[in-house]
Amino acid sequence: MTDCKLTLGPLLYHWPTERKLDFYRRIAAEAPVDTVVLGEVVCPKRTAGEEILPELIALLQAAGKEVVLGSLALVMQPRERHATADLLELDLPVEAGDGTALALLRGRPHHAGPLLPVANEGTLAMLAGQGLRRICFAGELPGSTVAVLAAEAARLGVEAEAFVFGRLPLAISARCYHARNHGLAKDGCQFVCGEDPDGLVVDTLDGMPFVAINGVQTQTHSYVDLVGDLAALRAMGIHRFRLSPQDLDMVAVARTVRATLDGQIDPEEAAERLQDLTPDTDHSNGFFHGLEGRVQVAGRSPGLVE
Amino acid sequence: MPTLELVCPAGTPAALDAALEAGADTVYCGFRDETNARNFPGLNFSRPEMRDAARRVHAAGKDLLIAINTFPRAGNPGPWHKAVDDAVDAGADAIILADIGLLAYAAKTHPGQRLHLSVQAAASTPEAIRWYHACFGVRRVVLPRVLTLAEIAALNSEIPVETEVFAFGGMCVMAEGRCQLSTYVTGQSPNSHGVCSPASHVRYEERGSCMVSRLGDITVNIYGEGEPAGYPTLCKGRFAANGRTSYLFEDPISLNAAGQIPELMQAGVTALKIEGRQRGKAYVAKVVAEFRRAIDLAVQGQRPDPAALAAQAEGQRQTAGAYDRRWR
Repeated sequence: MTDCKLTLGPLLYHWPTERKLDFYRRIAAEAPVDTVVLGEVVCPKRTAGEEILPELIALLQAAGKEVVLGSLALVMQPRERHATADLLELDLPVEAGDGTALALLRGRPHHAGPLLPVANEGTLAMLAGQGLRRICFAGELPGSTVAVLAAEAARLGVEAEAFVFGRLPLAISARCYHARNHGLAKDGCQFVCGEDPDGLVVDTLDGMPFVAINGVQTQTHSYVDLVGDLAALRAMGIHRFRLSPQDLDMVAVARTVRATLDGQIDPEEAAERLQDLTPDTDHSNGFFHGLEGRVQVAGRSPGLVE
Repeated sequence: MPTLELVCPAGTPAALDAALEAGADTVYCGFRDETNARNFPGLNFSRPEMRDAARRVHAAGKDLLIAINTFPRAGNPGPWHKAVDDAVDAGADAIILADIGLLAYAAKTHPGQRLHLSVQAAASTPEAIRWYHACFGVRRVVLPRVLTLAEIAALNSEIPVETEVFAFGGMCVMAEGRCQLSTYVTGQSPNSHGVCSPASHVRYEERGSCMVSRLGDITVNIYGEGEPAGYPTLCKGRFAANGRTSYLFEDPISLNAAGQIPELMQAGVTALKIEGRQRGKAYVAKVVAEFRRAIDLAVQGQRPDPAALAAQAEGQRQTAGAYDRRWR
């Protein structure tokens, strides 16, 4: 199974610069990932720490990792548009996070991130004609859709990737929920999202965990975990898998998924290891199984694996 | 003097008549299936009803828009393609689309047909909008409910297409077409099944003197005695985070931009859109009549009073939403 590759997705949370540097140093040295997506994709106000981007690129490339730049998920103002355009100047592959980036990348090779609404083969074909070379499918797509898209991607020469671990973004807004939760205006947010390096858990009034908020982004409370579905994804022709950085041992996550792909451990053991790394948080794979996203379905997906 | 086109919802033939009578310039409808984003039981138009609607709208000298604004399902784009073909046949003055693949189909198959870009496409910048114009000849964009008045004005100076903005009704607080909250809880996607917080998953439970509203397994709100219970839309629910209980995303509230009509005109907006294809004809008649009056006042240089529609607002509360920068 050595044909499989792992991508570490963009860091979605607002971590201090030093911590970010430590995180990527360890990823470079120890994590069996092939590609790392860098760049702030959630909030354009989080500019602190952007000066270390060249250093991060250099240390990851020196470790043999492919570096891709992610663009903002919601672009509204001129400075955000300029930031998106500036990504194209760095001579690295760019992963489009919204329609602004897609428009700017038209006619040159590029990637598409999981937040773009690419739900069917017609859209995929249109984007492939404009230079799309790799796409991480949206995490909410059911397996039946992923199968169709993966086959179409292969036909079009687009590399297909699946989001297999981490809190999945569910929505993006102009409004900042972290600021709102703290009684602050977005313009004077004091970067309170930085207090929650894994997102702020939102509970129902009955005390059940519901979602996690991350500034302007809303995410699943559960960690999406498709380690038990890797065989089904591979059978669909998907050979690249995305892990989304969380506030836990991501090297261990990457090693576990890698070992599963390499056939060194079975999916049941991998699932246990991943759950042990995140004892307080449920895992889910409901979206992939065409169900409520928040549920976890045991075992393999009937009808998806031959 | 510039004016604004008043674009009004019709979920039924009766609502369509009400909108026309109350002063709509344009009415928008959808077919009775998952090709449109208001796929509720008992709503929308059969094919014969749609052809009849086009005749009635055109006889009144008005325009009919047909919304086919969900994302076609992979492996089965047929129903969406057929909806586009049937909308053209019915005589739609424009078709409102969100999906890139479906736009490509419509532009190729029906090159003369006027196309509008749905809010579900969430095109929020000149780059994105110009891309849809260049690729598919889109003539108008319905702007996502994320932009301020100043941003809308700036945007209009940079794009070659008309803009339409939401003026009244239910308000998504998330960028539209990209929200999976309801799918996470119900397994039904607003973007592909055409329904957010579906009624089939709604439960109300009495608990002592309280009323609990739920969507699927999620408690969306608990109402105390005498507190009116609202519909459990996830982003308008009451939740706890960081030791605080609040309407974390948004209050139960309606958008009402009547007070901003002069600025929207100044910003170069072409059309004002009323949300509410799921609403009854009495609601449509009232809201459309008030906005007709408000636009006519604004054309004469006066500022309309948003208070006239307080009774039609969710929880009797109104907001100017993202048009006011402080909303963010």
